[in-house]
This record gives sequence, structure tokens and C-alpha cells, in this order.
Amino acid sequence: MSRTVLVLVAAGLMAALLLIGLALPRWLLFLVTLAASHGIVSVGILVIMRGGLVSFGQGLVFAIGGYAAALSFTQLGITDVIVLILIGTAAAALVGAAVGPLLARYTGIFFGMLTLALSMVAYGVLIKSPAVGGSDGFNIPRGTLFGVRLEGAGGDYALYALAILVTGIAATAVALHTRSARGLMTRAIHGNGLRVEYLGTSVQSVMAINFTIAAALGGLGGALTIVALGHIEPTFAFWTQSGEFVFVAILAGSHSVTAVFIASLALELVRSFSNLYFPNTWQMALGLFLLAIILFLPAGIGSLWAGRRKASPSSGGETP
Amino acid sequence: MSSPPVPSIGLRRLAGRMLAAAAALTIGLAASSAQAQETFRVGIVTFLSGPAAESFGVPARHGAEFLIEQLNRGAAPAPYNQVGFGGMRIEPIIVDENGGATKQVQELRNLYQRENVDAVVGYISSGDCLAVAPVAEELKKFLILFDCGTPRIFEDASYRYVFRTSAHATQDNVALARYMRARNINAGTFSMINQDYAWGQDSRSDFVAAMQQLYPQATANADLLPKFGAGQYGTEISALARANSNVIYSSLWGGDLQAFILQGAPRGVFQRSQLVLSAADHVLQPLGERMPNGTIIGARGAYGLMSADTPLNRWFFDGYSQARGGVYPVQAAYRVTQALLGLKAAVEKAMAANGGKKPTPEQLADALRGLEWDSPGGLIQMKLGNGHQAIQTMAIGRTRWDAARRQVVIEDIQRFAAECVNPPANMRSQDWIKAGFPGAKCDTPGN
Repeated sequence: MSRTVLVLVAAGLMAALLLIGLALPRWLLFLVTLAASHGIVSVGILVIMRGGLVSFGQGLVFAIGGYAAALSFTQLGITDVIVLILIGTAAAALVGAAVGPLLARYTGIFFGMLTLALSMVAYGVLIKSPAVGGSDGFNIPRGTLFGVRLEGAGGDYALYALAILVTGIAATAVALHTRSARGLMTRAIHGNGLRVEYLGTSVQSVMAINFTIAAALGGLGGALTIVALGHIEPTFAFWTQSGEFVFVAILAGSHSVTAVFIASLALELVRSFSNLYFPNTWQMALGLFLLAIILFLPAGIGSLWAGRRKASPSSGGETP
Repeated sequence: MSSPPVPSIGLRRLAGRMLAAAAALTIGLAASSAQAQETFRVGIVTFLSGPAAESFGVPARHGAEFLIEQLNRGAAPAPYNQVGFGGMRIEPIIVDENGGATKQVQELRNLYQRENVDAVVGYISSGDCLAVAPVAEELKKFLILFDCGTPRIFEDASYRYVFRTSAHATQDNVALARYMRARNINAGTFSMINQDYAWGQDSRSDFVAAMQQLYPQATANADLLPKFGAGQYGTEISALARANSNVIYSSLWGGDLQAFILQGAPRGVFQRSQLVLSAADHVLQPLGERMPNGTIIGARGAYGLMSADTPLNRWFFDGYSQARGGVYPVQAAYRVTQALLGLKAAVEKAMAANGGKKPTPEQLADALRGLEWDSPGGLIQMKLGNGHQAIQTMAIGRTRWDAARRQVVIEDIQRFAAECVNPPANMRSQDWIKAGFPGAKCDTPGN
């Protein structure tokens, strides 16, 4: 798929989703909004995962984006949701740029554990900070968009549209990045990092940049989540939250950015309905669903369409 | 990572079938909500899994199920003997509270917008309560918080559609300190162990503030904040043994509290220090004779073994015990019961005003604001937070293992009038304690 086609397809998809949104019930609008804002965090994991690393600490940047946006609202009085999302993204990107070079020196399980440790440190600090609500967190009133307060059914749709557009544009940018020379380098690193070093590219700098991109996406997701949810608490940085992001990334597979959103939506839908119909065993229903995906689609949901095309050895890139 | 051959056709067919099933389910739901005229749908959100399930969530569910079954048969005593809510059958939809505040916000929206419930009664965790209250307000839907403790909900914000039908956590610690003062418990030195999250931190600061008022000479020794769900308290128990204070205070609950007691008792710390627990009646039945004798405990209200002997309470206590095979109701079961009875009172009051139609959320809110009603745990009065926050009678007592009856009994029970242990409407809890409980009415202990 050429870049122009990719951008056109993405634009078409976003336009279609905006139209579909007009017909969706409000609960589903909200569910899709959250699925999109969580999905974009997993897209960040995908960026790192293509280089053969998994971050178990995306909750860190998710929480930083969320807290930065939420505090800008409550402390600085910034109510415009687009500004809040930009603040959250920038804050998380800054943190990503600061810790990225440090983390990029590690590979494999050490990288994963370090990211996990960082997010749990943030969790511990947040729990002990009554100024930002401690373990209970705090609430953020509904924001504004171009001066109009987002409330009622119109507000729900506006947030949905915003989530679709913001995450859609970010995801398209990531998809373009993965097709760029630097993006393809990440795949090469996954294949054989040592060989890439000998070819004259710094593996560390590629991975540090990937981590920063992932952090920015995490912050974006966090800010979008609190704008829709109206509440933030330290569990945003907890390992179960990070685990869920990794899970969605694995569910989607590393072939397709679109698959991440589908996986995120599927997870939210299954959780929501199993919670209602099997209140005592909803976790088990969720587990069975995940197990089924792993058993029948080991390369992820994305392999349903993207995997087949990528199966040709010329574009696979996995074989060293 | 090249993908192995996948049975994609079969899977797609399966996916198609699942979709069809989902569609059928949705249509079924739509059909059932069409005939919602004779029923009143209540979403009930309580912990069915996770650490709070055994202690609070599941007892609350049992309490709700028992009460709703009785109300639907019209079997409850007067003034609750009308069938259901004002003649409408109650249809509960029970949802698990486990999974964090993000999930709760989503599920609350689903309950209102997808399941079309008429009201939601729920939430044990303070974090969940804080998160869901603005959502109900924004959707203009009726919400009763039944258990969570934090005073912040109505002290930091005001709502029209959100109510809490049980007292917040301030009374637990104020009553505890008052009880100690009234019994002249020697508390020259005290140590504390609380979980390091909002409930533990808030309980700790309320208790310290109340002690400063009632025991101004007392000094605090150990001040321990183990993390929530720690389970192992060896280090903390050593620190408490070393401190050797007159009193050990704790707001631990559930599995954490049981573990702390089981690990501390063999080392004798509870013989040397008076153990004082702010919410512990829910561990009496699981612990049995392993509960240290003479422990001073609260139950977050006049509940369970500390409840008053009224016809309504006798009916509830005996009926619940019978339905649950001898397990008597404790805190959470009482709290959900008083929430549902309050909802019933509000529905029937609103229906009397609107000519017998199912009330709108606005009518429900107007009916419940400032309302008073009787519950098994005593009179509930919506007096704080502009009539949205309840106060209620509080009780503290001492435990003793009764070998003949093979159960822990509570003796030396003292009940505190609601206005003796709760702040007046115009004050924040912490300020009220620190100012020396101005306006507290404690004349009628009603022992």
C-alpha cells in the first residue's frame, strides 16, 4: 500500500466512523471513545514491540498524560479538550524522552522489568500524594471544545468524534512511520540488532526514539481517557493497566495498527457484556475469550487480513 | 512470527454466529425493557470478586437479594409491606464492582443507557463513588451510594441526583474515641496500623484528630502504614510489640484484618495493648474464637450484634440468618438494606405526589432529599450535604468469645446518637473534629 493510498484509506475510515457514530446509542459511543483512547496506548506498545521489546510500563505514560491534563484543568483552569490532550501528550513525550535513552540500553526481560518498575514507582508516589487525591484520585468536570461545553448526547458524540479523529490521525502517522526507513530499521533490529549496529545505525537511538513515540501516544491516550471519563486515579499507572495495554497489543498482533483498535474494542465489548450476563464469572469469560484468540489466531487479530499479504518472504523481515 | 495455517473459515462462521447471538440478545433486551411499566429496574453494584468481596460485597448482595425477594412478595413488616416499590415489582441487575473506577464509569453508563435501569444502588469503594457520582449527575439519573466511606463526596461537590444513605467514615473514629473516653480506657500512648490508601489514611487522620480532642495528653508511638493487601504483618507486629502502647488502633478490614489478628495474637500484643478496631464486625464470624477477647470494635453503624432490638431489625436479622444458613447479617448487608428501603420510601413518596406513576429521577431526588426512614440499623436521616448525605446511630462494643453459644458476642455496647458523632450540616468533618465537635448533641446515649 503506497503512502497516499494509506492516508486516503485512513481518512475514509475516519469519515465512515464519524457517520456511523451518528447512529450509535450513547453507551456505545462512550465505549468506543474509551476503546480508542486505550487503543492508541497499545499502538505505542506496537511501535516498541516491532523492535522485539515489550514495555510492561505504559501505565506510566498513560498516567502522566492523564494527570498532566487533569491537573491543567483543575489547577490552571484550561478547559479546552484539544489543549488538554496536547498538554498530556507533550508531558508524556517529555518523560519518554528523558527515560527513553536510559531504557534503550536494555533488551529483553530487563527492558520490560525496568519499565514496569518505573510505572510502579509512579503508582506508589501517586498513592501517597493526598494533594492529587491519593488512592481515590479526583474528578475533572466535562471540558469544552471551541468554547462549547461538552454535555448531554451532543457532548458524547463530540468526544467520540474527537477520539476517532485524534487517535486516527496519530495511528496514521504511526503507520506512515513504520513504513519509513527508520521505521523499517526497527524491524531489522528485531531480526538482528548486532548486524544493524555493524551497518552503522545506533540501535539505542532508534529504540529511544521509538520509546518516546510510544510515550507520546500513551500520554495522548491518558489525556483522552480522563477528558471522557472525568476521573483519574493512581490505578492508571498500576501494572494491571499496563498489562491490559500489552494484552491488546498481543491480541492485535504486530501486523496492523487498525487491528489494535479492533482488539481494544473487542476487549471492552466482551468485558462489558460478560460483566452484565455473568456477574460472578466475568473474568473467566474474559479469559476464555483471550484464550480462544491465542489458540486460533496466534499471530493476532491483524493476521486475519494483514498477515496473509505479509507472508511473502520479501516483506516479512523476521528471518535474519 | 509467520502465522501458521489458521482455520479461518470456521472461525468466521463462529464469529458470524456469535454476532447473531449478540443481536438476538440485544433485541431480547429491547423487548424486555418495553414492558418496564410494571417493574422497577434497580442496578446493584457490589464487589462479587476481589479483596472486598468476602467481607462486604457478597454480604451486600445477599442482603439485597433477601430484601428484594421479601419486598416483591409483600412480606416485609410495616411500613414496608407494600409489594415491591409502590406496587411495582423490583427487578435487580447485579453487577460486579471489581475492576477499577474506569470500568465502573463505563458500567454505570451501560446500566442507565443500555439496560434502562430506573435507579442504581451501589459502590463500596470510595474511589468508585467519587468517580461515578458526577457521571450520574451528568446523565441526570438517580444514584444511591450505599457503603463507601469518604466524606469528600458531598463535602467537595454538590449533586442533585446523587445520594448516600449511610453515614460517612467520620463517625466511626469519633465514636471510637468517645467510647474509650466514656469507659476511661487508659490511652496515654497509642500505636496505629492502617492501610496505605485513602480509607486507611483518612481513618488514621480522623482518629488522631479525635484523640487530640478527647485525650489531649496522649502520645502516638508507632504509626504504621502497610500497603493494601499486604497479608504479612510480621514487621509491623514487631514494631507494635516494641512500642508496647496502651492502645493499638487499626482501620484494617477484611482479609488484611484477619491476617493481622491471626499473626498478632500468638505474639501476645493484644494482651499487652488494648486493640481498638474501627470496622470489624464483619470478621467476627470468620474468626470465631480466634478473635481476641475484649477488643473494642465498631461496625460503621449500629449493625449486626450491636443493632437495636426493634421489630424491623428482628425481622431482618432472623430472616437473613435463616436464608443464609445461620450466618447473621453484618455491616454491608445492613447498609444495602437501608439504601433499598430508602429508595422504596422515596419511590412511594414520589408516587403519592405524582398520582401513582413511576417517578422520574427528578421526582425521586426531590422525594429522597432530607427524607427520614426506619431501617434495621435504626433511623436514617438525610441531614448533611443539602439533604443528600445520611447520618445514623452508631454503636461501639467489646468482643467476648462465648463458648456455650460457640460464637463471639459483643458486650458493653454503647450507642451514640447520630448528631453526637457526625458534623453539623455546615461543617467539613475534619474541621469539626479539630474545632472540638461544636454542636454535637450527645445528651441521650440511649444505651
